[in-house]
Amino acid sequence: MAEERWRLSQAYRIPLEGPEKLDLRRYAGRLFLLAATHLGRAAYLVFEIIRGIPEWRVWVPRTWEQAYQVGVGSLFIVLLTAAFAGGVTSLQAGYQFTGTIPVYFAAGVITQSLILELGPVLTALILAGRVGARYAAELGTMRVTEQIDALESLGRSSVSHLLIPRVLAGTLMLPVLVIFADVVGIFSGWMAARHTLDISNYDFVYGARYFFRPYDLWYSLLKSFFFGIAVTLVPCYMGFNTGKGAEGVGKATTGAVVSASVLILFLDALLSELLL
Amino acid sequence: MIRLIEVHKRFGDNIVLDGVNFEVQRGETVALLGPSGVGKSVLLKHINGLIHPDMGEVYVDGQLVPLLTRRELQTLRTKIGYVFQFGALFDSLSVFENIKLGITDPECSGDDHYCRLRVQECLDLVNLSPFTADKYPADLSGGMKKRVGIARAIAGKPTYLLYDEPTSGLDPVNADIIDALIEKLQGELGVTSVVVSHDVRGSFRVGNRIALLSEGKIRKVGTADELRDSEDQAVRQFLERDFGSAVVE
Repeated sequence: MAEERWRLSQAYRIPLEGPEKLDLRRYAGRLFLLAATHLGRAAYLVFEIIRGIPEWRVWVPRTWEQAYQVGVGSLFIVLLTAAFAGGVTSLQAGYQFTGTIPVYFAAGVITQSLILELGPVLTALILAGRVGARYAAELGTMRVTEQIDALESLGRSSVSHLLIPRVLAGTLMLPVLVIFADVVGIFSGWMAARHTLDISNYDFVYGARYFFRPYDLWYSLLKSFFFGIAVTLVPCYMGFNTGKGAEGVGKATTGAVVSASVLILFLDALLSELLL
Repeated sequence: MIRLIEVHKRFGDNIVLDGVNFEVQRGETVALLGPSGVGKSVLLKHINGLIHPDMGEVYVDGQLVPLLTRRELQTLRTKIGYVFQFGALFDSLSVFENIKLGITDPECSGDDHYCRLRVQECLDLVNLSPFTADKYPADLSGGMKKRVGIARAIAGKPTYLLYDEPTSGLDPVNADIIDALIEKLQGELGVTSVVVSHDVRGSFRVGNRIALLSEGKIRKVGTADELRDSEDQAVRQFLERDFGSAVVE
């Protein structure tokens, strides 16, 4: 018990001679302060990124390198996931729709699910794991090995060299990857529907076009753009503010993936409410 | 000239600097001694603005560092070479690219041949072969990493050089090589230097003056002889390990 009290007192900086009972107000206050600190730091980082935009000679070449790594590097896993998502959506549509509603409705469900939800959300979640973890680990390692300080001490801006290229590359490449994911997902859904629903090509195309609105595509791209910001900005922030040592890098990486994923789900709900 | 006046810095509950007064004249080398974790590196990072003081003033060339704008600070930093404790080399870049980042000459931005020559010049100054330029930090030994770190720091032809534990983690032979290198650069480049260390012998060798940081304050500043003759118990205790009975009797 005494050991537990000591551990809590160290974790939350509470004096050992403090009250026996849990002081919820104190914990709530500390949590609020922690949240406010992170929010303030993140806002400052965004401000620094905006201030670094005029240094385009520094960040443009690095953005191309990063965009290539994010785009080409993630293409295989994104397309694989989209293909399975399209196929499974089709199989489930077949299971639910057969004999109840016209089969061309299934084509609408498959295409709309992929364009509005599965394409952007699954791609963003994959990138949160693949790119977000990499960004947080890279920047975190650079922070603990003083490479970021070294860059600053050479009179170079770490924001223009490290952050702007990463944030911009991820934000621009995510919508591109989503377009590829949508196309491959719909195609695999189409092929699966032909097998499970016995739907003709004509009926599938008819159903897909019947429910399609050009706004859906814009919505999907707009959503991907916001997801792109979440997938890159959160890990960059976590990596940039990494604590000491290997444990700090590990925590930053895990925190980056979890926070970016939660933010994606939150943005998904918010944008659906605002834009649909 | 570098001048710190009543500098205070704390991290959470930990008071690191508690009213530090420190001065380095143009052209001199001051070795800053002190036990591990006393705040020597923190003090050094105040000089090039990597850390801002909670209270107090830091002047470099008459400029109040904490009040400089981002651009002014970047310009000031090009005049201050900083050698990091563990090299802090960019591990995704080759030695050539690492040193190139330190070069501030405008000619270097478009002329690769000029850059190569400047990088070779820097490698030569730190006694490394030109072939090192194409290697990556992972391929270098600890001593070579330190020397590449020094080469990167001097690439911008700085007025000031700040060394953060340049010999820590090195064997005595390599530590001597680095100490000799610091002396050589001092002579050839005429830079003003601050060498943070807990290696007493090395500090006595490279420093024109020695300062001892203890309990958040500069405990003693003076020449090697003045420190040896000091009656201050903290100074004597610190020197005891390296100079043994000669100091403590």
